[in-house]
Amino acid sequence: MVPTEYYVALSAVIFTIGAVGVLTRKSAIMVFLCVELMLNAANLALVSFARQWANVDAALALSGQTAVFIILAIAAAEVAVGLGILVAIFRYRASTEIDSMAEVRL
Amino acid sequence: MNLVEAAAYAPLLALIGAVINGFFGRAFKEPLPGILGSIAIGVGFILSVLAFFGLSGMEEPSVHIPLWNYLTAGNFNLSLGFQIDSLSVVMMMIITGVGFLIHVYSVAYMHGDEGFSRYFMALNLFVAAMLVLVMADNFLMAFVGWEGVGVCSYLLIGFWYTQRENPDAARKAFIVNRIGDVGFLVAMFLVFKTFGTLNISEVNEMARAMVFVPPAITAIGLFFLLAACGKSAQLPLQTWLPDAMAGPTPVSALIHAATMVTAGVYLIARSSPIFALTPVASATVAWVGALTALVAAFAALTQTDIKKILAYSTISQLGFMFVAVGSGAYWVGIFHVFTNAFFKALLFLTSGSVIHALGGEQDIRRMGGLGKHMKVTGTTALIGTLAIAGVPFLSGFFSKDAILASVFNSTLIEGYGNYLLYGILLFTAVMTAFYMFRWYHTVFAGEERLTKEAKEHLHESPSAMTLPLVVLAILSVFAGYLGLPEFAFSNPFARWLEHSTAAVEFRHPPIATEWLLIIVSIIAAAIGLGLGYWVYQMRKGEPVRNLRGSALAKLSLAGGGFDALYRNLFTKPTEIAASGMAAVDKEVLDKGIVSGAGGFNLLGETLRWLQSGFARAYALSMFIGIAIIVLVIALGGLR
Repeated sequence: MVPTEYYVALSAVIFTIGAVGVLTRKSAIMVFLCVELMLNAANLALVSFARQWANVDAALALSGQTAVFIILAIAAAEVAVGLGILVAIFRYRASTEIDSMAEVRL
Repeated sequence: MNLVEAAAYAPLLALIGAVINGFFGRAFKEPLPGILGSIAIGVGFILSVLAFFGLSGMEEPSVHIPLWNYLTAGNFNLSLGFQIDSLSVVMMMIITGVGFLIHVYSVAYMHGDEGFSRYFMALNLFVAAMLVLVMADNFLMAFVGWEGVGVCSYLLIGFWYTQRENPDAARKAFIVNRIGDVGFLVAMFLVFKTFGTLNISEVNEMARAMVFVPPAITAIGLFFLLAACGKSAQLPLQTWLPDAMAGPTPVSALIHAATMVTAGVYLIARSSPIFALTPVASATVAWVGALTALVAAFAALTQTDIKKILAYSTISQLGFMFVAVGSGAYWVGIFHVFTNAFFKALLFLTSGSVIHALGGEQDIRRMGGLGKHMKVTGTTALIGTLAIAGVPFLSGFFSKDAILASVFNSTLIEGYGNYLLYGILLFTAVMTAFYMFRWYHTVFAGEERLTKEAKEHLHESPSAMTLPLVVLAILSVFAGYLGLPEFAFSNPFARWLEHSTAAVEFRHPPIATEWLLIIVSIIAAAIGLGLGYWVYQMRKGEPVRNLRGSALAKLSLAGGGFDALYRNLFTKPTEIAASGMAAVDKEVLDKGIVSGAGGFNLLGETLRWLQSGFARAYALSMFIGIAIIVLVIALGGLR
């Protein structure tokens, strides 16, 4: 069986890639994708821990997997709303460059 | 559903009338809102009478109708409901019965007024709130009704809001009433702390069973008295009622004479087991009532406004009722509420008829001799005057005599000067007969002093107005026979109310003494009326002419000078304090701190740079923050 540490390490790598992407990418779409990466890294960590605990405490393992489903559902909803906003912004200014959206600043 | 439970719909009907008139009334043609309002109250009256017959067939005349569970928190539970028993059903019949007559009268009186439907909305709403007040099974719901009638009173006093003094009077009534409402609230808190419930019958049950009387009981009584003083215009909160005459006259008749102002008496009778435990609070009630009766009667002697005389007279009669409930004779207090509702509503409605006939004239110095022109109004006004003066065999005689006898024979407040109270009331009764004779004589008899335009306008009022007058006059004559003196006659009124009020012992002096008390009160009425006849009929006001302008007359005209006293005592210091605060705000706060707050401005300017507006910069700071937190946890810093 693949040890849990491997999965957690993979999760950490994906999370870091996502975080760096959020910080460095200029296109809002790419930022979005990176946020998804981070979310799924967290999901990976959750399921791998759930697998580790499966033989010890079934309820605990199940709660880990349930959390994943909730996150997936929320992520889907968030993407729908976020992309909707992005489409609206794109129609308005023909660009999704994230640094140009700084009007809120005084 | 039995007869009694149907009466729970009476407030709902009045409320529906108010809603229809309030939202759609403007779309209706003129008499329709009035007819709708009258029907709503008339059906309520029929329901109340049916409830009365339903109750009178019962062994224990009390029906509880649960409505809703308002609040549940832990083991505390507050449910709302109606308690229809012998006391509340009497009040319900007074409210809806007199209310119905006054609604009918108002249809003619308010004819052609711009706010016709608004008027009936407020009047119906008032009846609904008043019914909730008397039918409530717990103090909180009674308080809702208590506030509701206050709001309606406010709306109706300021009904003609285009003239400045009317809304002023409305505000005054509202604010003075708030002082009393604080008393009601504090009393409720104390009731809850002492008894653990707000349910009226449970509280009364516990109070009846009480052997050791905690001091909180006296405090509850005194705070309820404060509440009653506000609503029932007793010293020292009586100043709002004379000003409340700014409202339309039928409103004065219904709210400020027959029903709302008696809510204080009702409150004390409702919680009578509490008052029966505490002679101190009861004696305070009686003394407040007696002094109010005296001061108000004194003020009524010199008023020149046809309605203000009656307003002070109302305050004075309410004082009589307070003495009755203070001396422990709860049925007597309610009995006077009952008779007073008829003759005082009658007097107000006759004066409304006069004002209507003269086209708005209210000064009795420009009236006189109207009895010839307005036969029905004049005759019914005479009956009302004689009834309130205490002329034998009319209703006011029996109820006033019962009050005098009960204060004389009281054991509850024996030792708190009950004979002195008796003396004060007797003297007040003389003054009552005198000023009421002056009122009748100056308006309806004697020489005509009308202005020319008033004379042209003069006419007897339409039958929608005279009919209620006749009904009320008949009731003013015969209502007293329900409560003949107990020592010699059977008294259904007292026996009926025994079911729902506390029983207090009274001394039973020899029968001869009881008769003597009655004869004394007849003599008091005779002296008052005779003096009035001598001064105003035989000597044409000659004996009092020299008194005009004297300090005493001025004091009386100013209603005892309470308005000026309160102005100096409360209003002026508040104004001074307010202008002082304004100066502090302007000089110290604005100039010193707001303008001197450059330090904050600088801080703000600096911190502004942190808010770059770039989403990625925010994300970076977020990541750094989370990284630090994770690092600290990983190193075991946070346990």
